[in-house]
Amino acid sequence: MESLQIVINSIPYLLKGTVVTLELAFFSIVLGFMVAIFVSIGQLYGSKFVQTFFLLYERILRSLPELVILFLIFYGLPIIGIRLNPLVASIIGLGLRSSAYQSQIFRGAISSLPKGQVDAAYSLGMTKFQTFFNVIFPQAMRISLSGWTNEAAVVLKDTSLAYSLGVIELLRQGTYIIAVTNKPLLIYVICGLIYFALTFSLSKGLGYVEKKLAIPGYEVRRG
Amino acid sequence: MNKNNDSNSSNHVILRVQNVHKSYNGVEVLKGISFIMNKGETKVIIGPSGTGKSTLLMCINRLVEVDSGKIFLEDDEITSAKNVHKIRQEIGFVFQHFNLFEHLNVLDNVRLGLIKVKKMNKEEATNIALKELERVGLKNKIDLYPAQLSGGQKQRVAIARALAMNPKLMLFDEPTSALDPELIGEVLGVMIELAKSGMTMLCVTHELGFARAVADEIIFMEGGVIVEQDPPQVIFNNPKKERTKEFLNKLTKLYGKEENQ
Amino acid sequence: MTFFQIVQSSWRYMLDGLWITLFLTLTSVVIGFFIAILLALSKMYGNKALYAISNFYIEIIRGTPLLVQLFILYYSLPVIGIRLSPLTASIIAFFLNSSAYQAEYLRGAIQSISSGQMHAALSIGMTKWQAIRFVILPQAIRRFIPSWTNEFIYLLKYSSLSYIVGAPEIMAQAKFVASRNFEFFKVYLFAAIIYFLLVTGFSEVFKYIENRLKIPGTLSQARE
Ligand SMILES: Nc1ncnc2c1ncn2[C@@H]1O[C@H](COP(=O)(O)OP(=O)(O)O)[C@@H](O)[C@H]1O
Ligand SMILES: [Mg+2]
Repeated sequence: MESLQIVINSIPYLLKGTVVTLELAFFSIVLGFMVAIFVSIGQLYGSKFVQTFFLLYERILRSLPELVILFLIFYGLPIIGIRLNPLVASIIGLGLRSSAYQSQIFRGAISSLPKGQVDAAYSLGMTKFQTFFNVIFPQAMRISLSGWTNEAAVVLKDTSLAYSLGVIELLRQGTYIIAVTNKPLLIYVICGLIYFALTFSLSKGLGYVEKKLAIPGYEVRRG
Repeated sequence: MNKNNDSNSSNHVILRVQNVHKSYNGVEVLKGISFIMNKGETKVIIGPSGTGKSTLLMCINRLVEVDSGKIFLEDDEITSAKNVHKIRQEIGFVFQHFNLFEHLNVLDNVRLGLIKVKKMNKEEATNIALKELERVGLKNKIDLYPAQLSGGQKQRVAIARALAMNPKLMLFDEPTSALDPELIGEVLGVMIELAKSGMTMLCVTHELGFARAVADEIIFMEGGVIVEQDPPQVIFNNPKKERTKEFLNKLTKLYGKEENQ
Repeated sequence: MTFFQIVQSSWRYMLDGLWITLFLTLTSVVIGFFIAILLALSKMYGNKALYAISNFYIEIIRGTPLLVQLFILYYSLPVIGIRLSPLTASIIAFFLNSSAYQAEYLRGAIQSISSGQMHAALSIGMTKWQAIRFVILPQAIRRFIPSWTNEFIYLLKYSSLSYIVGAPEIMAQAKFVASRNFEFFKVYLFAAIIYFLLVTGFSEVFKYIENRLKIPGTLSQARE
């Protein structure tokens, strides 16, 4: 019964942590998304130099541990005079890493579209720009969705690394509670269950969106 | 040109199918199939797609379990046999899509069953495999992998793989329907030789030229039942059932007049 | 201190950390592989109970952060009297985690082998187990290799998490060095370069191996 009391007392703190975790995840994914669109367009349509630059960008971010990226940003930006609080540094770190993966997903989707789609759009007199936004983008987004769902879950789970920069997200709230109650197993398992509930609803929710957006009879490639 | 069946002396029954029923998810696909095959006979099954022809062959090899009815290979009841692997060794199966083992070269495809199932030593297995590959005309391709062969070559390897197990009965499920037209001949050639050599063969195929050349009987299946079962002359010239005639008309329209082989 | 001086004064520590990182990664991915086989086979061929257990395990592991799993192992087990060193706790957490992912990759690879292969193997008289062993698995393993190498790279990067519980791998060494010379950015930059070289090197080696192992005549596996 003592445990039950502890759990009840912890709920407000865990909820507070959960909100921070969700903030981290949301802003990181959005940041990653915006950068990724930029990067993938640059890679597909940019000059040789731009292409190489973004290729390198992707390569490096995909090769580094998230923890290293976070530390480089947290300790690196102050050197050039930018002082960030840990939450913002985490969002930037998580977002940039994710942008590299998201752009790969988009690029894969875009290049999986048959070339005839572009030809058909041009044959109607569309410009390159119109073709991209009216024909390529809508199809590529749908194809990307399942890979993107995966990536969103990865970011959600990776928010726990913000713990190491001192962000008071779910895991650190849990650790604070443990410092007082000395019930690590109980509290960490509850944290785990909260994460599970979050990733579970995320994939179910996005899976639903994917079904809703599916084009009838259109084979959606599974990532 | 049909083989001579010494009808009374060698009425040695190889396969007996008795009143076989099979449903998938409540839909009855086989609705009481019965027939027998004597040693050395070749029978051809024709019929529209979705009729249960493949299901029937799979039941005979027990790749699919029947719901009711019995199937015997000589005196052994296949449908209830405890050691189904023993019986499968005695029945060769040639698939529409070849199903060669993609990770093994031609020789190993043919040898695998001999070594792993029949526990032969490598040398003995190799000799048998080479003999069967020679029979299908592929002795010079033993080092190639399935992905490096044409469809016709793949199917001939598949036939050699089945023959290597020295089966009493060969089942063919549309062995040429996945092939480009110019490759069909080489596979049918092997099958005709095999039939002439006295193998007992049950073939699902719509190659009417083949049927005319070697079939002792043609079984016309539709809707899960055998509509008609008669020698080729009867089926082609004056079928007993109106449905048989209609189906053959459709077939000849689709595939053109059958050539005489 | 210049970056070069940092490298000069700290490479010995980083090298110590490098060995621990490699040991951690390799041990976890290999042990994880064997557990993954059991999980995948139970999920695909097991009875209802086996299916339920392995499915539950896989979903829970994949649905929660690795760091939480590590914390549960490292900070909670002492409560019930099991005290693990940071390194041991990390290895256990990593192979338990990796087994769930590898099981799913393995299942995908096995299911990508057409049912015709199983039929053909059975039709020449193989038992189901023989068919799995001689026909399905040899093909599935080849298709599994790209995901396995991805998993290796993934663990290589995420092994850095064990720094948080104090296993003496690259990041822990970096922190040790940095807390003495206060050059946090440069030291972590050094660590980043090491990870970059490791990941790139392993990726290239794996690509080479995959090409060597591919079945003649088949297209090479597309892998980014
Ligand atoms: N494994 C299966 N599960 C459910 N239905 C099946 C299965 N195999 C075949 N069927 C159905 O059984 C019917 C007969 O199939 P099949 O034996 O392949 O016919 P045929 O070979 O004559 O074209 C078809 O309607 C098919 O859809
Ligand atoms: Mg069929």
